[in-house]
Amino acid sequence: MSVASTLLAVEGLTKSYGGIHAVRGVSFSLRSGEILALIGPNGAGKSTCFDMLNGQNRPDSGHVRLLGEETTGKKPREIWRLGVGRTFQITATFATMTVRENVQVALVSHGRQLFNLWSSAPNYDRSEAGRLLELVGMGGYADRPCGELAYGDLKRLELAVALANQPKLLLMDEPTAGMAPRERVELMRLTAQIAREKSIGVLFTEHDMDVVFEHADRIIVLNRGTLIAEGSPAEVRSNPQVQAVYLGEGLLYEAGHREGASA
Amino acid sequence: MAFYVVQFLTGLASAASLFLVASGLSIIFGVTRIVNFAHGAFYMIGAYIAFTLTERLSGALGFWGAIVLAALAVALIGVLVEMVLLRRIYHAPELFQLLATFGLTLMVEDLVVLIWGPDDLVGRRAPGFKGAVDFFGQNIPSYDLFLIVLGPVVLGILWLLFQRTRWGVLVRAATQDRDMVAALGVNQKWLFTSVFAVGVFLAALGGALQIPRDAVHHAMDLRIIVEVFVVVVIGGLGSIVGAFVAAVLVSELNAFGILIFPKISIILVFLVMAVVLIVRPWGLFGKPEAPARKTPGLAVNPWRPLTSNERLASLAALVIAAMLPLFAGNYALTVGSEIAIFVIFAVSLHFLMAVGGLASFGHAAYFGLGAYGVAFLAKMAGLPMIVCLLLGPLLGCMGAAVFGFFAVQLSGVYFAMLTLAFAQIVWSIAFQWVSVTGGDNGILSIWPEIWAASPSHFYWLALGVAALVTIALRAMVFSPFGYALRATRDSLLRSEAIGINAKRIQWTAFVIAGTTAGIGGALFAYLKGSVFPDNLGISLSVDALVMVLLGGVETVSGAVIGAIVYKALNIWLVSQTDLSKLVLGGFIVLIVVVFPKGIVGVLEMLAQRRRKSSPPGSPLIAKPIESAE
Amino acid sequence: MRARNYFVGAAFALLASGMAHSAMAEDLKIGEINSYSLLPAFTEPYRKGWQLAVEEINAAGGINGKKLVVISKDDGGKPADAQTAANELVSSEGVAMLTGTFLSNIGLAVSDFANQKKVFFLAAEPLTDAVIWSKGNKYTFRLRPSNYMQAAMLVEAAAKLPAKRWATIAPNYEYGQSAVSVFKKLMSEKRPDIQWVDEQWPPQGKIDAGPVVQAVAAANPEAILNVTFGADLVKLVREGNTRGLFKGREVVSFLTGEPEYLDPLKDETPEGWIVTGYPWYSIKTPEHDAFLKAYQAKYNDYPRLGSIVGYQTIKSAAAILTKAGSTDADKLIAAAEGLSMPSPFGEITFRKIDHQSTLGAYVGKTALKDGKGVMVDSVYKKGSDYLPSDAEVEKLRPKD
Repeated sequence: MSVASTLLAVEGLTKSYGGIHAVRGVSFSLRSGEILALIGPNGAGKSTCFDMLNGQNRPDSGHVRLLGEETTGKKPREIWRLGVGRTFQITATFATMTVRENVQVALVSHGRQLFNLWSSAPNYDRSEAGRLLELVGMGGYADRPCGELAYGDLKRLELAVALANQPKLLLMDEPTAGMAPRERVELMRLTAQIAREKSIGVLFTEHDMDVVFEHADRIIVLNRGTLIAEGSPAEVRSNPQVQAVYLGEGLLYEAGHREGASA
Repeated sequence: MAFYVVQFLTGLASAASLFLVASGLSIIFGVTRIVNFAHGAFYMIGAYIAFTLTERLSGALGFWGAIVLAALAVALIGVLVEMVLLRRIYHAPELFQLLATFGLTLMVEDLVVLIWGPDDLVGRRAPGFKGAVDFFGQNIPSYDLFLIVLGPVVLGILWLLFQRTRWGVLVRAATQDRDMVAALGVNQKWLFTSVFAVGVFLAALGGALQIPRDAVHHAMDLRIIVEVFVVVVIGGLGSIVGAFVAAVLVSELNAFGILIFPKISIILVFLVMAVVLIVRPWGLFGKPEAPARKTPGLAVNPWRPLTSNERLASLAALVIAAMLPLFAGNYALTVGSEIAIFVIFAVSLHFLMAVGGLASFGHAAYFGLGAYGVAFLAKMAGLPMIVCLLLGPLLGCMGAAVFGFFAVQLSGVYFAMLTLAFAQIVWSIAFQWVSVTGGDNGILSIWPEIWAASPSHFYWLALGVAALVTIALRAMVFSPFGYALRATRDSLLRSEAIGINAKRIQWTAFVIAGTTAGIGGALFAYLKGSVFPDNLGISLSVDALVMVLLGGVETVSGAVIGAIVYKALNIWLVSQTDLSKLVLGGFIVLIVVVFPKGIVGVLEMLAQRRRKSSPPGSPLIAKPIESAE
Repeated sequence: MRARNYFVGAAFALLASGMAHSAMAEDLKIGEINSYSLLPAFTEPYRKGWQLAVEEINAAGGINGKKLVVISKDDGGKPADAQTAANELVSSEGVAMLTGTFLSNIGLAVSDFANQKKVFFLAAEPLTDAVIWSKGNKYTFRLRPSNYMQAAMLVEAAAKLPAKRWATIAPNYEYGQSAVSVFKKLMSEKRPDIQWVDEQWPPQGKIDAGPVVQAVAAANPEAILNVTFGADLVKLVREGNTRGLFKGREVVSFLTGEPEYLDPLKDETPEGWIVTGYPWYSIKTPEHDAFLKAYQAKYNDYPRLGSIVGYQTIKSAAAILTKAGSTDADKLIAAAEGLSMPSPFGEITFRKIDHQSTLGAYVGKTALKDGKGVMVDSVYKKGSDYLPSDAEVEKLRPKD
């Protein structure tokens, strides 16, 4: 892992809305195979920051580089083409299509067959779609309409879709939000496993501190738009600034831990 | 100078009733998301009832009382309609409510003639507002002044209603976020009913107030409804202030436009709407709509290609259809050709609307362009039929490429309205450019050549093309492109996130649909031997929508069934009865209530239920896709 | 959905409708098409008119001993639907000829259909000159006085007016446009000194009357030509009256004297307009008296111009069928060309040269009487006097 190159480099990312700085001068980097958590209290600028990485939002200044290539200001679909898979805080899937078809669409796009009018899509790369679904434990659901799935299954489907373009980087916005505690652990364990096997870098935001501290290799902490801490879980946990922020929020790690455990 | 002031005031007066009707439509749409096609019908009933009452009740009090009473009576009718009809279908697929209100409109048009007779009715002048006021030598009707005052007064009352009452706050909240209001535990049922009643009241009031200026007749509804849609869209859906400003804008542009271009009023509102939508896609005072949240549990049967048995059955059906000339007469064959052509038209819209999620309100433009393409090639260039049939649809293709480029930048109702605007612009060109298109009188004598002239040959031609087009479009639904198109329909966010350029996919679909519609139009020109501006008119666009919705917008084959049922029924009814609109409208309303997912949608549901009830029931739906694994 | 068995359904539906033509009776059938649902105000009296004619003809023994049956279809105001109806009448009902139509474009569509299918067509009401001239064909005849004829009748009166500054208001479609252009052409021939100072083209059925009236008034014409009708006319008159547009100005107006358009105006009827129309209350000829009595006896209502047209359409069809003694299209054409017959307006003839009937119209002035609009000083203008010379017609009409 130590030899892995820098996958994502963020420098001085800044965004403000009507005079309010949502994100101010945030810099960090991510190596291949590394799992990096982006945390912070509500309104810290996590989502804004995240949206600037995936192309949803354009920074006022600063740079985002993926494997040395500038992606600042690129559209989400262009960033995807560079090898970035992503999942959403509120799942976004194709509700009227089946689970397999959801993955197949991504495969079609990856294979640059989007404007292919004639061949049969139901047979398009079925084996690869099946493999991806098996990978996330959804093999048995391939023919189910996506609209019928439980929320946790949708999250897993999103992961399968995000893996369809053999990404180098996964961006996951609150990957476990809305899931039952056991599902959360499972999903993150699965993600971590895949990331390590394929040497994919993962950046995720998360509210659940259990998930964060158990799975992240490294954590960066945002507060009021600025980066206040960065380091290993142990380092961050003991950082007085971080504790102050979370205490102020009434969301001490231990409190969050208890809450999560009892839910 | 006085002239321009008076012209300005006259424009303001015209704006008043437009505003009343438009604000009602806007409120209803904002809260219930229903595109109320029957709004014009309520406006018309308001005028008819007001006519009857003003003739009965005498004196000034009688007149004004009658106006208000009429509006109240119609609001009551509106409440009935909402409770009996619309409540049942709020959860039907998007735009299905449009179908219901369209059916209602058809019925009302025949009903008013049955009740009030066919003659144009001219009502009383408003007591106290019969004359004119002299303004530096120019006369302004005092009733105009009354209307000029009324517009802002109604705007003010509505503003107070929305800002100062709990009901108004709820309505505004619901306009912004329906789910939130539901979550707040508000009785949504009655909120919807009351909003519908207020909206209908405003429409009927607008109609009733026309009594002193207009003749009351059975076509008033269609004459205002389209214009009102336009005003609402220019102003921004759900915005009352927007409706007011847009009504004034449109009326003033018209008042001054005719001084420079006397022929402009036929097209003006659509030009304005197209420009507004391109520059400011949410209207002048509208807000960008939050992406519609897909209701979870939206159980759509997954689409799948036909099984081999189904393919055989379809082939058998096609063969039987092809044997029709063996036992049917010429008339039946011609009707059969017409139905086949409308199948082409309907499946082309279905491709855009059901597969792509882009409901075009102006799809006839491309059908008509195909027809005109044939007419130009045949009459001006004198090309042989087969060449015309192949090249004619290219005009539809080109039109779709140009207009589609702009249209796909929008979505939902705004997309619908921009396509409507484009269709109207094309229609006006066909209607006005007499030297090229023959205007209203069309282009005649485009009859098929000998090889296709006999009804049976033409029937085979139309049937063959329809079958090919249906198969081709169906294949596209299950092609990688079809998957991508459905993906953009289901979630723009997700499709962008997996590298799909949604606009380009949708634009391509628009061009495919437009070209296919053009193929239908090309055949239609030869079937009828002529083309008219009607071929690209609103009513044909609405017909196509009805066919798709009737068949079932959530199904793959709905459009085919919808086209056959609607067209066959329509032709048969028009031939059998003068009250065809009443019967057809009643039929549509019935279908909407009984088959809330369209004919094919309900058939599928029944079939699925039967399968589910039969053991051994795997929870997963068995999918016999012919496998190539 | 399981199977695509819709084609089967369609086949059966078509089969059923195809059965109809097996029932061939001994009756003589005429097919009739009109815009009943779209234009009931005009087509209801029209229907009453032709129904009266059918009754009279059959009471007098039918046509060459056969009972006359009129099969009537609604076209909904759409040319394409009119063709479907025409096709049903010809292919399925086996009618001897087609009649009817109101709108010009529908008249043309059916005329073109008739030409293609070689069926005799007697156009009842469409006014466009194209039906008999530029797009005329040998199978098509027309009863009602055309745009050109009405314009010529009005020009005759208008040219005598001192007014030199003229403005026009016409609905923005082919009928309005050609009415204005013929009127302008004929008028300018008689009165080269005339100036056309303004023209307004409100969309048909959607006039925004206030601004239009203001705009015309601003041009300050001495006389106005109006071609609008129906609900547009009502709005125009109301705005015009209130804003004083018609005060001190001559107005010449197409069709406004027809009861269909004049009666709705009631006490707001503007006075002194020069109009074409049908003053049924003041026509004192034996032919008309007979018609009026029969009509009022049957319907307890007064006739509109549509009643006359409907009545005479079927009467003319019967005369042609009687003379031809056959339902063969060529024999019908031969019988119709130059055929003269009586009508409530006196004798009319279907001209051989262009198949136009010489049915005329009344020209008079509008007036108010007992709170109702009427035509006064009306004079019948024979159609034959208001058609261009044969040489000109030859040029206008394509060779068969």
